[in-house]
Amino acid sequence: MSFVRRYWLGAVAILASGVVFLVPFAFIILTTFKDQKQSALRDFSWPDGNHLWSNILEVVTTRNWMLLTAFINSTILTVASVTLLVIFAAMVGFVLQRRKTRFNGLIEFLILAGLMIPPAVVPTIWLLQGIGLFGKLHGMILIEVAYGLPFSIILYRAFIATIPRELDEAAIIDGARPFDVFFRVILPLLWPVTVTNIVVQSVAVFNDFTNPLYYLPGNANATVQLTLYNFQSQFQTSYNLLFTNIALITIPPLLVFLFFNRQIVAGMTAGAVKG
Amino acid sequence: MAVMTETGTASAVPLPAMKRRSPYPGWFFLPAAIIYGVLFLLPTVASLYFSLTRWNLFSSTFIGFDNFAQFLREPFLIKGLVNTVIYAVVTSGLKVVLGLLLAVLLTSQIAARGYLRSVVFFPVLVSTVGVGITFTVLMHPTQGMINEGLALLGIKGPGWLVDPNLALFSVALVDVWKGVGLATVIYIAGIVAIPKDYYEAARIDGATSFQNFLYITLPLCRPATVTVIILSFIGGLRTFDLIWAMTRGGPGFASDTVASVIYKQYQAGFYGLSTAGNVVLFILIAVLVVPLTMLLNRREGHE
Repeated sequence: MSFVRRYWLGAVAILASGVVFLVPFAFIILTTFKDQKQSALRDFSWPDGNHLWSNILEVVTTRNWMLLTAFINSTILTVASVTLLVIFAAMVGFVLQRRKTRFNGLIEFLILAGLMIPPAVVPTIWLLQGIGLFGKLHGMILIEVAYGLPFSIILYRAFIATIPRELDEAAIIDGARPFDVFFRVILPLLWPVTVTNIVVQSVAVFNDFTNPLYYLPGNANATVQLTLYNFQSQFQTSYNLLFTNIALITIPPLLVFLFFNRQIVAGMTAGAVKG
Repeated sequence: MAVMTETGTASAVPLPAMKRRSPYPGWFFLPAAIIYGVLFLLPTVASLYFSLTRWNLFSSTFIGFDNFAQFLREPFLIKGLVNTVIYAVVTSGLKVVLGLLLAVLLTSQIAARGYLRSVVFFPVLVSTVGVGITFTVLMHPTQGMINEGLALLGIKGPGWLVDPNLALFSVALVDVWKGVGLATVIYIAGIVAIPKDYYEAARIDGATSFQNFLYITLPLCRPATVTVIILSFIGGLRTFDLIWAMTRGGPGFASDTVASVIYKQYQAGFYGLSTAGNVVLFILIAVLVVPLTMLLNRREGHE
């Protein structure tokens, strides 16, 4: 490609991507700086003065610090479910890849089913109520684990296939118990795919809206995605506050994007191609 | 304790009574199997029964296939069914076309390649509800930025979300905006994996860049195409959060999908009907995706 054409095409692409992909984000950011009156115009204009701080203060303190509670809830939910997910999925991926039994076909079928079948909502609520986990944060954690397992297992199994079996055998000969073989020898070697898993699943759980909507009702339990939904009616005329809320809950994914872009892209493409 | 004695004595004397333990213990499946079995498989199986009942969580009356009959009789429920398929076809089709074009562009020697890849991919990570609310504001027929921008160009913008004929497609467009980054990234991985020799040989034969695309890139990134289609098709059939954030299925029932019907019937207390919706969605996915997967994979084997 010639020099001129390359830069001409680049310039067009940058301009188009700017209009299509950056303007919506610029709109969000500009609106967070505006006061209520100016934000009600909903136009793409420079804010008259800086109201960012007062907007943040109002969004965070409104409804009894609900956004703060929600951030705490979402953090607990994300950290706990991703921790369990990583450990349990790695254990399954390890044994599934190493040991060939007649159940492997069934297990693989169940994994694929989990990727495709939409969860049965009301029966799940009925079941959660039966075991006393409905509307509880720990119930929600287990739900996220259940729904995330198939994807994580697929990622782990593919990676474990690249680790030589001789390693397990050497550890066994040295007298390690199966438990130690996995947790002391194999699991540390899985670190790259563990990072990928953590990053991809954290974003998925943190951004999950549908499942907390069904299984975690009530303001005390709200997650950050639900605050947006709850505030949507309340802030109907206060676009500055609504968009400040959107901007605040976009910060964690933005940080993930800045620091783990490579892992997240690797994870999503690898998992996708295998799935 | 048995484990302790094994490690203690195994190195000294080989005990014939002790079977060699597998280093890959079956109980490693247990935690995952319990959580997955109880919280996912059990409700899925139970849904098959409850979809045949009138149900209020405390008592259920068996009514046979009435719920499903209702799904095929009530116009607004049929509408949801049809909309779901349209939505899945439109979003996955656009994601394939745009994702491939963007990926070709972003693997060429274009300036600011890294920046463009990031910009296209970032919306994938942003909250769907946040995106939905933002675009609801941008798509407002008179005060929205999109129509104001179009007015500057002398075009009268349509009523994106208030026109019943357009609402579903407007939501689908936003879905594509948010999801095309993932399709692009998958295609980039596919294109990068194509050996450079093919392009080298084509260059010697004097192929144009369009011929390169048509005869090398397109056939050889077929696995990526299969992945993008299947992934976005399933995602499209299951979609709920974006539709709920933008139109709540409205205006009227114009943009209802099966997933939003499930939620509405759940809210209204028709648990049996809601569960039947779940089973319908499950059947829809099975009926459409399984043959699609087989078709796409079979053709791949032929080449």
